[in-house]
Amino acid sequence: MLRRDLAHLSDEALVALVSRSEESALAELYDRVGGIAYGLAFRILRDESLAEDAVQDAFLDLWRSAGSFIPERAKASTWILTLVHRRAVDLVRREQRRRTEPLENAPEPTEGSAEEAAWLRLDRERVQSALAKLPDQQREAIELAYYGGYSQSELAERLGEPLGTIKSRMFSGLSRLRELLGNGLESSGTERTPWTSTS
Amino acid sequence: MDLHELTAGYALDALDPAERVAHEEHLSSCERCREDLQAFWQVSGALAHATGGPMPPASLRGRILEQARSERSNVVPFRRRRFVAPALSSAAAVAAVAAIGLGLWATSLSRDLDGAESELAVLGDPTARTYESASGEANLVVTASGEAALVVRTLAPAPAGKDYEIWIFENGVARRAGLFERPGVALLTRRLEPGQSVAVTLEVDGGVDAPTRAALFTTSSA
Repeated sequence: MLRRDLAHLSDEALVALVSRSEESALAELYDRVGGIAYGLAFRILRDESLAEDAVQDAFLDLWRSAGSFIPERAKASTWILTLVHRRAVDLVRREQRRRTEPLENAPEPTEGSAEEAAWLRLDRERVQSALAKLPDQQREAIELAYYGGYSQSELAERLGEPLGTIKSRMFSGLSRLRELLGNGLESSGTERTPWTSTS
Repeated sequence: MDLHELTAGYALDALDPAERVAHEEHLSSCERCREDLQAFWQVSGALAHATGGPMPPASLRGRILEQARSERSNVVPFRRRRFVAPALSSAAAVAAVAAIGLGLWATSLSRDLDGAESELAVLGDPTARTYESASGEANLVVTASGEAALVVRTLAPAPAGKDYEIWIFENGVARRAGLFERPGVALLTRRLEPGQSVAVTLEVDGGVDAPTRAALFTTSSA
């Protein structure tokens, strides 16, 4: 019952509740971010059971360290996805499972409300069109790193380029993406928890 | 190599482990890189949202919650004290409970508390401690300065024409400390001193000046 009644809370307030060991807040955050988290982990790991491991580990990281979250630094959902990404990347490097295809058409999410799915699709299109505007080499470096789990030094070896070149490419590409995505970053379509009063 | 550039690789988790550690060190002393990281995390967050892909199996949620439950550790469990406060049956009982020494009382909050930002301020305060009620109906979260919130779990939404009212005991008198209608997070409208107790009753809409009904639960910040 409580979980439904946490629906008005922001992601950030939920993380604060998680830091108070409030299990229902963890459940609510999982319901908000878990699907995207799993999609991300699966994209990197290409394996259902490893993707589950990455998401589970990340949510337990959240459970244990929610008190260290600083709302001024990042949105809570972004922070959670950062935890998931790091777990997935660590796993993919350990398992040597990485696939080399930079991008493939991922299947559409199969659950969630139609409205939610529509927002997610808009998000995807927006990000993909921004990625498409990057110079090829910058896009390749970012996609192989973020979705493929390659480290900069692995990329340098794989692409036969000096490490410094890879580092610069990644920085320039990410800076450019930041410009291209612009204000949209502040108001992601999946943000569905505006500050509201309980009274 | 320009250290600042590594912030991009850090945000994408593309640094080798040793480099990652070294860059965290650098971040702690470089304001510019922290600002970059904040922006780059927004970008990587957008990349994460753009992934698509399959949905997780339904069983994953339960496994995560089960594991979390087994690690639950930082809540002060309710301990029965020598003056057990049973369900308060009336205003007289409130006075009786207070008579056996339940505490020194609150000063009202000078700062207006309203809405979710205040909830976050209390729940996210690193100095705050969490106390559980006797049967797990609610947790009481109290900051070092006495601002408090109840996280209510087990109550049904208040029936039409009724509100749940929160009370803090002050010099033998139950002082009004806020209203809520349904489980969730409710901020207390007055400050709590260490050791003070909080009770919740069901009252008519808008609340009353003194409790008229039995307490549904009580919890104490000690």
